[in-house]
Amino acid sequence: MDLQIPESEKSFRDEVRTFLDENLTDGIRRAGKRVTSVFSPVEEVMAWQKILHKQGWAAPHWPEAYGGTGWSVNQRAIFAEELVRAETPPLVPMGLQMCGPCLIGYGTDAQKAEYLPKILSGEHFWCQGYSEPGSGSDLASLKTFAEKDGDDYIVNGTKIWTTYAHHANRMFALVRTRKDGKPQQGITFLLLDMDSPGITVEPIVGLDEVPEQCQVWFDNVRVPRANRVGEENDGWTVAKYLLMFERGGQEYAPGLQVLLEKIRVMARKQQVANGFLSDDPVWQHRMAALEADILALAFTEKRIKSALSSGKDPGALASMTKILGTELLQRATELRIETLGSQALLWQPQALVPGDEQPVIGPEYALTGMPHYLNSRACSIYGGSNEVQRGIIAKAVLGL
Amino acid sequence: MNFQMSEEQQMLADSARNFVRDHSDVEKHRQNKKLAPLDQTTWQQFAELGWLAVPFDEKHGGLGLGVTETMVLLETLGEGLIMAPYIASVVFGGGFLRRAPATVQDEHIPALVEGRLQMAFAAEEYERVFSLANTALRAEPGDNGLVLNGTKACVLNGDQADLLVVLARSAGEPGVTDGLSLMLVPADAPGVERLAHRTVDGRQGAEIRFRDVHVPADALIGDLHRGHDVARAVLQEGLLAISAECVGSLSVLLDQTVEYSKTRKQFGVPIGSFQTLQHRMVDMFIHMEQTRSLLLAATLKYAAGHADAASAVHALKAQLGRGGRRIVQEAIQIHGGMGMTDELGVGHYAKRVTAADGMFGNADRQLMAMAGAS
Repeated sequence: MDLQIPESEKSFRDEVRTFLDENLTDGIRRAGKRVTSVFSPVEEVMAWQKILHKQGWAAPHWPEAYGGTGWSVNQRAIFAEELVRAETPPLVPMGLQMCGPCLIGYGTDAQKAEYLPKILSGEHFWCQGYSEPGSGSDLASLKTFAEKDGDDYIVNGTKIWTTYAHHANRMFALVRTRKDGKPQQGITFLLLDMDSPGITVEPIVGLDEVPEQCQVWFDNVRVPRANRVGEENDGWTVAKYLLMFERGGQEYAPGLQVLLEKIRVMARKQQVANGFLSDDPVWQHRMAALEADILALAFTEKRIKSALSSGKDPGALASMTKILGTELLQRATELRIETLGSQALLWQPQALVPGDEQPVIGPEYALTGMPHYLNSRACSIYGGSNEVQRGIIAKAVLGL
Repeated sequence: MNFQMSEEQQMLADSARNFVRDHSDVEKHRQNKKLAPLDQTTWQQFAELGWLAVPFDEKHGGLGLGVTETMVLLETLGEGLIMAPYIASVVFGGGFLRRAPATVQDEHIPALVEGRLQMAFAAEEYERVFSLANTALRAEPGDNGLVLNGTKACVLNGDQADLLVVLARSAGEPGVTDGLSLMLVPADAPGVERLAHRTVDGRQGAEIRFRDVHVPADALIGDLHRGHDVARAVLQEGLLAISAECVGSLSVLLDQTVEYSKTRKQFGVPIGSFQTLQHRMVDMFIHMEQTRSLLLAATLKYAAGHADAASAVHALKAQLGRGGRRIVQEAIQIHGGMGMTDELGVGHYAKRVTAADGMFGNADRQLMAMAGAS
C-alpha cells in the first residue's frame, strides 16, 4: 500500500490543466465562481459543454464507442478534480450522467443512435420525470399513467421537482403502465419530447429565489412506443440502474476541499479584536473538525476508486458517500455563512444571474454564501433522501 | 418567582395574537422580491395599538413598560413573521433615545411613539467580526463636535431610517472597549450615503457611508469615548428582542413540521409514524423548550438587573444559533422538497431564524463572550 502517483497520471493532470487554461472563457469562469447549486446557469454551462464536446471530453465515463474517452478510473477522477478546482460550472447531469448511461445500458440501437450524440452536443437538454407530489421517498408509488393506444402511449398525470424542465426539450420519465401487482412491477421508462401537445411546465421558486425546479403536467400526451426504454412494466430495472448513477457516481471531496479553501481565505480577511478570524481558536477548531471529516471522505472515495479500478464492487462504500458528501457540504456552507457573519445576510440574488449583474453591495465573495447554504439544504432531500439512504444501508449492509 | 403573565402582559399578547391572526406577513414574504418602501399602514396600526409606546416614559406618551412586555409582544409577532422594523426602530433606536439627554428625548420619543420616526442602529462593519470593541469607524474631533468617516454594513432598517444611531471609534484602536462613542446622525445629513439592500429574511437594510459627516457635540448619547456601557445595555435589549421574535417563529416551524408529518403519507403511512423522524421531532421540541427557558431566564434576569443577566443573554443568543438552527434544518428536511420552496411558509420562517444568528455575533461569538463575561 502506498500513495505514489504514476508519472503518466501527473502528465495527464498537466494536460487537463493546460486545456482548462486555454479554453475556459471569462464568462464561463465567472458563472462557475457564482454557482450556488449543483445546477449551473444554463447558457454558460451549455457553452462549456460544447467546448468539452469539441475536445471529446463531455462524457469521459461513457464507453468509447459512444463518445467516451477510454480513460482509466483514476484519469476520470483527475479530470473531475481539475474541473472542480478550476471552479468550472458543473455540467448539467440529466443527459450526460443519467439518461445517457441508461440508454447505453438498456436502449435500442435506434435510440442510442438518435439520442446519445445529441446528449453529448447539448442539442437535447434532458430533464428527469421521477418524483410526483405524492411519491417522493416512496418513488414506486408513482401514479402518472401511460395507456396504450395503437403504437402510442397516452400519458396523464404530473411530475414534480423536475429540475430545469423549463429549459429542457426532452424528458425521461417513469410512468405507470399497470395498476395491479407490486408497484415496482408496473412501471415503464419513457422518453418524451417536451414540445408534445399536452405538456405544461410551471417553475417552482426555491428558498434562494431561483426557479430551479418545476412541476410538469401531462394532459393526454402522446408518446410513440418506440420511445420506451426497456420492456413495458420493467422500467424499475432501468430506474434502479440510473439511481445508482445519481447516488454513487460522483466524488464530493474535491469540491468540498475547494470550498474549505475559499472559507479559509475569507476567514483571513475577517478582523477580530486581536488579528483575524483565521487565527481564532474557536473558528480553527470548527474548520479542523470539518477538514478531518472531509479528509476521511476523500479517502473513502479513493477506496471506492481503487475497488472500481480492480474491477470490484465498492458496495456499501458507494451508498455512504451520498450521505457523507451532502451532509459535509451542508456543514461547509454553514461554516461559510458563520465566517461571513452579518455579511451573509445581504440578499442580492439578482447579482448571481449571469448577464443581469448589478453592482454588488458588500464584499463580492459574500454573495454566494447564503444562497448556497439555503440551496444545499436540498442535497439531503433529493436523489433518494438521506433517510432513505440510511434505510438502504441498514437493510442491505448491516442486515437489519 | 412567578411565570404567569400580568394582566397588562396578557392584554399585549392578546392584541398581538389578534393582529397576527389577521395580518400574517408570510404572503408578503412570497410577493416582495424587490426593495419596497416601508408599509406605513402597518406601522400606523402598531402606533394605534400602543406597541410603539411600550418601553417609553408616560411623559413622552409611552406605556412605561419593560423588556418583559417587549418579549411578550415580539414572540407573538414572530409567529406572524411580521416584517415591520419594530426591533430596529423601537428596541434599538428607542433604547438609545431613552438613554439620551432629556432634550433629545423630548424631541424624538413622541415622534417615535406616534409612528412618525424610523430609526436604525449602525453598528456592524464589513470584514470585522462583530463585537462592540471591534468597532473601527472613525470619529475625529471637529468643529464643536465630531467628524465621521467610514462605512457601516448591514444596518437593519438603515434604508428607511430618518435617524441613525452610529457606534464609532473616537479614541484608541479596535479591540478595546474604551474610546467608543454613540451619536445621533440624521440620515439626510451632508456626507451620508446609503445603499439599500434586501436581507435574506425578507427585510431590508443598508450599507451606510459617512464622508466627513459633522456631528455636533449635543448629538452624543452618553459621554465621549465612554459609549460602551450604553451600547452594551441597548445591545442586550436588542438581542432579547431578536430572540423573542425567533422563539415565535421557531414554534411555528415546530408545529407545522409535526402537523405535516401527520398528514404526509409515504409507503402507505404518515411519515410521522417513522421512529427516526419521531425522535428528531422530539429533539426539535426539546430545543424549542430549552430556547424558551433561556428566553425567560435572560429576560427576567435583565429586567431584575441581575449581575449574570449579560451571561444569560449570550446563552440565549447562542442557543438560538445552535438549537434554533437544528429546528430550522429539521423542519426543512422533514418537509422534503416542499420545505425548499418559496411557496410554503416554512422556508420564510427558516430564513428569519437563520438571519438572526448572523446578527451581532453568531453562536460561537456569544459563547466566547459568555465565557469572558463572568
